[in-house]
Amino acid sequence: MALVVWKLPDTEAPMLDATLPETDAQASLRRNEADNPSSLVMRFGTDAPLTLDAGPAIAPWQIAYQTYGELNADRSNAILICHALTGDQHVASTNPVTGKPGWWTLMVGPGKPIDTDRFFVICSNVLGGCLGTTGPASTNPETGQPYGLDLPVVTIADMVRAQAMLVTSLGIDQLFAVVGGSMGGMQALQWAASYPDRVFSTVAIATSYRHSSQNIAFHEVGRQAVMADPDWCGGRYLEAGRNPKKGLAVARMAAHITYMSDRSLHQKFGRNLQDREAVAFGFDADFQIESYLRHQGMAFVDRFDANSYLYVTRATDYFDLAADHGGVLANVFKGTKTRFCVLSFTSDWLYPTSESRAVVHALNAAGAPVSFVEIDSDRGHDSFLLDIPEQFRIVHGFLSGAARVRGIAGPAAEDIR
Amino acid sequence: MTDLADLTSDVRIDLKLIADLIEPGSRVLDIGCGDGALLELLERTRGVDARGIEISQEGVNAAVGRGLSVIQGDADSDLVQYPDQSFDYVVLSHTIQATRNARRVLDEMLRIGRHVVVSLPNFGHLDVRFRLMFLGRMPVSKRLPYSWYDTPNIHFCTIRDFVELVKDVGAHVDQAIVLDASGKRLPFSLPWIVWNLLGAQAVFLLSRDGH
Repeated sequence: MALVVWKLPDTEAPMLDATLPETDAQASLRRNEADNPSSLVMRFGTDAPLTLDAGPAIAPWQIAYQTYGELNADRSNAILICHALTGDQHVASTNPVTGKPGWWTLMVGPGKPIDTDRFFVICSNVLGGCLGTTGPASTNPETGQPYGLDLPVVTIADMVRAQAMLVTSLGIDQLFAVVGGSMGGMQALQWAASYPDRVFSTVAIATSYRHSSQNIAFHEVGRQAVMADPDWCGGRYLEAGRNPKKGLAVARMAAHITYMSDRSLHQKFGRNLQDREAVAFGFDADFQIESYLRHQGMAFVDRFDANSYLYVTRATDYFDLAADHGGVLANVFKGTKTRFCVLSFTSDWLYPTSESRAVVHALNAAGAPVSFVEIDSDRGHDSFLLDIPEQFRIVHGFLSGAARVRGIAGPAAEDIR
Repeated sequence: MTDLADLTSDVRIDLKLIADLIEPGSRVLDIGCGDGALLELLERTRGVDARGIEISQEGVNAAVGRGLSVIQGDADSDLVQYPDQSFDYVVLSHTIQATRNARRVLDEMLRIGRHVVVSLPNFGHLDVRFRLMFLGRMPVSKRLPYSWYDTPNIHFCTIRDFVELVKDVGAHVDQAIVLDASGKRLPFSLPWIVWNLLGAQAVFLLSRDGH
């Protein structure tokens, strides 16, 4: 995720130096959140193991979540929001580690496109994450130490299976909608594929049905950066009291480039210099873009666990919806009753419109009701998190139409226009 | 709350005619659906399972914003993805003149739908002929508002031309309704030549022979 508004820091550009004093308070907050999140948490015992695509089941395990709004009497108004790669359950509430507002407050809240006065909104931390759902930073019940790489590799389908167990535990048979952008969109599509009867509608934004070779390549660069950091300690840095900040920051820097468009980078930074009149003929952050990326990298390592980054990037790399259905995407959605809304952005080169179109074509071939819009935005993949009014209007319109069909009462007289 | 009277009063007259041709509860694909006015009318008044394709982003955004199942796409290239006979009706309203390959589009529509509904402006109308003959200019009017050099309408035809095309693709006209310039229906008993001269627009219900 990018900062919605970014201001050039007044201070000297940060160096990517592992000896920088760690924001100890944040780091220890984050470590506490892994096992004992300050959000709601559903704990499953050995009687309710979570089966994983990789083979073994895990138990006990837990899933951390937040809810907003009220579940109605017939339990028909629940919307599950799936977060992106490094997001969390705090979609519309203050993040306990960073102290920052929720990551999608533009979309979710009272009177917002996903209206919490009308819908009961659930958002959970993904499996493999680090804010309270079982992940590599969680304590392994067998050893009393963090799982580290002993946690089996997880997939998007595993994340969705965990969410489905949460939703069942909350007493909800069918979700009114599953909504997500980027990796969240993959989960939304996976929900429709895995549990077609449990999803009335799906909103998949800026996403794909599979990770491309280029997507995998960028993720591999990030993982190698993490693992090349001596502080990674073969994945056991938490016990060693260390943190592979440098590697994780580099991973984030590389990934962050993919979230923005060439045009938006150029508009924002051009070749502007950072706090200097001329280039310094050295390897300091001469350019604003360098300073910006370093800032992004350093801000990230305080709030995210390095091993968790390996797990969530791997999950998206393994994602290929069609692969489980003979390579034919249309077969994934055969006979589905779910209503779909697919959105893409013109300047998103991470998950370009052509991949959303492939999903739409498959849904058409399967006879599924589908809405699709490519939204004009020059801000790249991150557009889905930004203030793009067109996106909000469409999500609101789609959900209102679906709610009418589902018979969910609106908070006020609804204008069909 | 918009009631049905409001919904139907400002709808293009050909859309109302099309809606009347469609069986309640059927599956309908509207190609070139614009902002979804027809789809909304059909969903509200006929209870149909309505889908749309629209090439312009503004049109799609407006339609999806109304809660309709509409995708951004191109009639000339995107119809191939739909399975045979997957809709009861495939509608092309005031769009055929903007397609690159009208014959192929009509062929695809007849493949996808059991019934096909086409509405079109008649380029054989008296007013058009008058402008060409006496003014020597391509007609620009309220119904045909574009200049020849920047019009999306690249394949104008007359009612007679269209009926010939229908024959050519092996389909037949199950019903034809022709409206004059004031939007009044021309009597069914009039010969084709009169329809072609006085008809400002026409709505056709077609099916492939043998269906």
